[in-house]
Amino acid sequence: MADPVKFTIDGQELTAAPGTLLINAAKEAGISIPAFCYYDNLSLQAACRMCLVEVEKTPKLQVACTLPVAEGMVVHTDSPQVRQARKGTLEFLLTNHPLDCPVCDKGGECELQDMVFRYGAGESRYRETKIHVDEKQWSPVVFYDAPRCILCYRCVRICGEGLGVSALGIGNRGAAAEIVPNGGDHLECDECGACIDICPVGALTSGTYRYKTRPWEMEHVGTICTHCSNGCKTTLGVRNGEIIRANNRDRSGVNGEFLCIKGRYAFDFNEHPDRLTAPLVRTNGELKPVSWAIALATVAKKFNELRARHAKFGVIGSNHTTNEENYLLQEFARQVLGTSNIDHHRTGDVATLMDALQGRSNALATIGDLLTAKAALVIDSDLAQEQPLIAFQLRSNARLNKGHIYAISPGPVREDNYATTTRAALGQEFEALEKWREQLAKEPELVILFGAAIKDNAIRQLVAFGDSLGIPVKYVCLVDYSNSRGASDMGLLPDLLPGYQPVSNAGLEPGLNVDQMLADPNLEALWVVGSNPFLRGNLAGRSAFLVVQDLFLTETARHADVVLPAASAYEKIGTVTNVCGEVQKLQRGPKTMGAKSDFEIIALLAREMHADLGRLTPEAVFNEIRQNVHGYNVPLLVVETGGAAPTAPVNGRVSFQSHPELIRSAQNTLYTSGTLGRYSQMLNSVLEAPGALYRDPGIEPLVKPGSVQVETIVSHD
Amino acid sequence: MTFSPELEARFAKLLASYPPGRQRSAVVPMLLYGQDEVGAVTQELVEEVARRCGVTPLQVDEVIGYYSMLHRKPLGKYHVQVCTNIACQARGGEELMDHAARTLKLGNKEVSTDGLISLEEVECMGACSWAPAIQINYDFHHFVTPERFDQLIAALRDGTYRKAS
Amino acid sequence: MRYNDPSPLEVRVISQRFDLPNSASIDTYLANDGYVAIKKVLGLTPEQIIDELKASSLRGRGGAGFPTGMKWSFVPRNTGKPTYIICNSDESEPGTCKDRLLMENDPHQLIEGMMIAGWTIKSNKGYIFIRGEYRYLIDIVDRAIAEAYERGYLGKNILGSGWDFDLYTHTGAGAYECGEESALLESLEGKRGVPRLKPPFPAVVGAFQSPTILNNCETFSSVPVIFRNGGAWYAELGTPKNGGTRLVCVSGHVEKPGVYELPMGFPIMRIINEVCGGVRNGKKLKAIIPGGSSSPCLRADECDIPYDFDSLAKAKTMAGSGGIVVLDEDTDIVAVALRTIKFYAHESCGWCIPCREGTTWLKKILTRFHEGGGIPSDIDLIGELASNMLGRTFCALGDAAAMPTGGFIAKFRDEFEEYLKKHSAQAPEAPELVSIA
Ligand SMILES: Cc1cc2nc3c(=O)[nH]c(=O)nc-3n(C[C@H](O)[C@H](O)[C@H](O)COP(=O)(O)O)c2cc1C
Ligand code: SF4
Ligand code: FES
Repeated sequence: MADPVKFTIDGQELTAAPGTLLINAAKEAGISIPAFCYYDNLSLQAACRMCLVEVEKTPKLQVACTLPVAEGMVVHTDSPQVRQARKGTLEFLLTNHPLDCPVCDKGGECELQDMVFRYGAGESRYRETKIHVDEKQWSPVVFYDAPRCILCYRCVRICGEGLGVSALGIGNRGAAAEIVPNGGDHLECDECGACIDICPVGALTSGTYRYKTRPWEMEHVGTICTHCSNGCKTTLGVRNGEIIRANNRDRSGVNGEFLCIKGRYAFDFNEHPDRLTAPLVRTNGELKPVSWAIALATVAKKFNELRARHAKFGVIGSNHTTNEENYLLQEFARQVLGTSNIDHHRTGDVATLMDALQGRSNALATIGDLLTAKAALVIDSDLAQEQPLIAFQLRSNARLNKGHIYAISPGPVREDNYATTTRAALGQEFEALEKWREQLAKEPELVILFGAAIKDNAIRQLVAFGDSLGIPVKYVCLVDYSNSRGASDMGLLPDLLPGYQPVSNAGLEPGLNVDQMLADPNLEALWVVGSNPFLRGNLAGRSAFLVVQDLFLTETARHADVVLPAASAYEKIGTVTNVCGEVQKLQRGPKTMGAKSDFEIIALLAREMHADLGRLTPEAVFNEIRQNVHGYNVPLLVVETGGAAPTAPVNGRVSFQSHPELIRSAQNTLYTSGTLGRYSQMLNSVLEAPGALYRDPGIEPLVKPGSVQVETIVSHD
Repeated sequence: MTFSPELEARFAKLLASYPPGRQRSAVVPMLLYGQDEVGAVTQELVEEVARRCGVTPLQVDEVIGYYSMLHRKPLGKYHVQVCTNIACQARGGEELMDHAARTLKLGNKEVSTDGLISLEEVECMGACSWAPAIQINYDFHHFVTPERFDQLIAALRDGTYRKAS
Repeated sequence: MRYNDPSPLEVRVISQRFDLPNSASIDTYLANDGYVAIKKVLGLTPEQIIDELKASSLRGRGGAGFPTGMKWSFVPRNTGKPTYIICNSDESEPGTCKDRLLMENDPHQLIEGMMIAGWTIKSNKGYIFIRGEYRYLIDIVDRAIAEAYERGYLGKNILGSGWDFDLYTHTGAGAYECGEESALLESLEGKRGVPRLKPPFPAVVGAFQSPTILNNCETFSSVPVIFRNGGAWYAELGTPKNGGTRLVCVSGHVEKPGVYELPMGFPIMRIINEVCGGVRNGKKLKAIIPGGSSSPCLRADECDIPYDFDSLAKAKTMAGSGGIVVLDEDTDIVAVALRTIKFYAHESCGWCIPCREGTTWLKKILTRFHEGGGIPSDIDLIGELASNMLGRTFCALGDAAAMPTGGFIAKFRDEFEEYLKKHSAQAPEAPELVSIA
């Protein structure tokens, strides 16, 4: 790297790498230069003129957001001239600004307010009429109020450069200039709301939040999104136990800038009126609300009775529950109920990947790697639909770090818009791969991401292919739900204990898998935790005693003998593991009266059954996981402080039998999120035209938004 | 969308005149020439131009909003543009505009009910030394007095209008 | 054709063919020294060409008066990228109407000038960006280009040199800002005419992200004669550092407004009184706007200076695009100031805050003021807002709006004050200041 340049800002002698923009160099030194249009990682605009500074030996004020530091440069960021310029610019900005701060959603967290407070004029010399334009609603989630807009173009850039969607543009000219949506009078986009969050003022507001509260009335709880496997950090704005808003206000977490529509808006399932708030017990064929004590006693009595005569139990765990809950559940199943019949809906063949990698370290990519890897290859996934953050990372990688992105898919994918892509029917991926072999081998490194269609032997073949390239290769098995990876890692599998240890280590025989359990007429009890297996099938032996823990009366819960209302991921603490195997901590935000976390439910059941589970706080269980599960010995400091800690849950071969028929993608899209998504009114109100954001809009995308799992929501009265 | 053979030829020539992969360059000319034939920048024209130039309709939309000669709504068959900028102002441009508005009974950017004439107060049109100037569609008329203006309008109405040479 | 009679005081160098029959045809051009310069130039190296241009002291006629030879020398060579020659015929600066005549009457002279630029940097493509309102000129220039292709002056292997050059016209669609060179390039690329961040300048990263020579139409049109008669000869026509002649567009209150080709440094008062027959109707001169509407005005007592870039810069204004608007004693300066700012508010692209909001605010104040609603503090406010824009906008349009506005206030403050007095009777109660603290 070239020698750092020396320069002076406000008397401080500083150095920075050549090419560093003055605004960033100053920030490094703790000197903040105000700016509206400058935004990290987005293209330079120099449009707002807030960042003007004085540079000695130049006659005019200079724009700090585009000026690279130079040797010997002497800069003043707080001279009278600079202060006057800022004031002047703010005065200009405020001329047409409505000054409706008292009713503006952004009031209290508005960059314009802050700037005027810090640098502005206390009084306005503007006595002309303001231009009024009516507010427009562009989509269920996006509203635009042109007069408030200061035209910093952040929204246009985050949508185009960041998200690769380019749904926003600039219309008109001069004082009439405004932001315009791609659909003429509405938006056809991912509805991710990034534009709203990035807006420094209240010009873009969200349909889920507007006019609901003042920002300072909320408590801000940083937790992990519960929708997909990517594990985005989200900050819940909670008021009186209710989620009012979700965003990633401090840009922390693996997702930084990013959240998709689900992360930002689909929290409303949590307040859905159909949320279960009291346990239900079937009496005379009907589910009737009862107290927790009765419900737990009913289950405990039945479980103890069946346990005493070694009846056949089945346990189906969840892709949404925490690692601690999963760990406890499998332990409960294996030790208390004495059964190996435990499984979950597998959305990716994680175990086979672990086996194929034979525990080698450094072969699992992190979300962060996806931004920096020199090359990445996606097989059989329309990332933008199915793995929103990963899609964002790869796109940013291509844009900011010039990473090479490749994609093989049976249909159009968004990566067509910027990456090297090719089509291959399912099963033909390796022919396409061979064609790229030479090119891939020239890459200094590669991350391979694959969807649920690549399973069993195909994974082994893929790893062999990766090995044959002679370059460092990392992998991501694209699973679907918020803790799919954790469910697998924590041993919600009939033949594997936590950390992919064979059940024989615990002196057990492999048990039944999901399909086998459902098909087994001799099953006497089925305990379903946060899962909805009956969506696809039904229980063969209808006589089995069915206990369901869930948020809603799902297809499965409707058949239950006992339904226990569970808390959502937003209502509990614990850890989850994202698609890349990074562990992150949940924080408790809202609460739903009557519901209990699955952890609590399992513990209460144990107490009721007089079973001793030992340590009974999530923290204690996490500590045990850290000790017992290989690769989960993550630094507490990282996890406790809201970081993401990568794991490597295997250190050798995995002894198990792969069941490719059990690997089923959840087929969630940007606008669907399994059962939770069905209870999000916001998600269901967004009906996007599929294909519009693909390079060839004539072709149907691989996964059609709205095609799967969006059903009319169960109405309540 | 179909255009006249002449316009098609013009489009073809246009698209060939930019470097490979730079067909977007044709957006503004295609919109303007297209508008001249179609009468306005219709949504159909927007989509056609977007398709031919390999851009999104939004990108075309952004352009339309920017350029003052591109109109979403049809103008009159004869678009009368009166310059009132400083050079014309000095020689009676503003009075001429008032005269035009009064006699045509049209406000700025309005179209006569029969669609024959529209009026617009425009910025400097490059006729400053021969002010005041007007343009009727693309024809320049210099040193326009109110009397001359009335003659021109009469000619527009009775069909005897000929382009000033 | 020309729309005004010539003046005997003119020095007809680039307008020499204007009055010939069929002046736009290639035959007329060839019969009158046409395409002689390019033949000479094809034997010169880029360095020789640029030296000759520098010797001519030709300065850009688009507004800034940047030395053309120097500009051409900034184009990096052998970058492996294609290069482009762009002619700025957007001509939208109020007061300016000369490029129109050059294209209408002598398009081949322009083509030859662009060819010389093309050969200098071995460019193979050029575009003439013509404002949308000049449709008839597109037809004329297109015809001339076609003729040039027919006679082998454009196209492949020009005059056996092995060098290919293609030339095209490109139309704008109504936007003054597209005259700003980088906004022009955006427009040429099919986008909104919003200026680009500079540096890099077009010479390095111009059209289609490639090195580009971009000049005004008159600048290119002045190039052939320089190579026909020599740079020194051309320089001699003008004053030091202000070589040659320029087409001066005189408008406003003179007896004989018109476009006249005059040597650089020709005294302004002689332009008004001798070339243009004096102020109209025997009135007294009040002021002139010397170089298009962007230039601050000169009071009558300041006009006794030569018309060239440096003399006007010394007078704290500019020769700009060569448009002189003459204003007589009866002129309502407030009305002129208002009309000027209306123009800039209409043409501001809206990209940056000080220009977008500043022009709009100024327009509103001046409208109110002009309508009789002015209050005393308005006058200072106008001046202050103009200075809050000056030097702080993204491109020079903001300056172009601020400079004349500030100039009117500075030089005709008394008129503004009188305006207040005259109208104070009808002035409405001043609205309360809105407190936002
Ligand atoms: C707002 C603005 C408008 C301009 N308009 C024109 C124009 O219409 N024609 C022109 O030749 N130059 C115009 N210019 C100047 C150009 O940016 C550029 O300097 C010029 O075309 C360069 O050519 P030259 O060196 O031959 O003068 C304008 C500049 C600004 C800032
Ligand atoms: S000064 Fe700013 S708003 Fe004005 S034209 Fe230039 S960039 Fe656009
Ligand atoms: S001022 Fe009217 S044409 Fe220039």
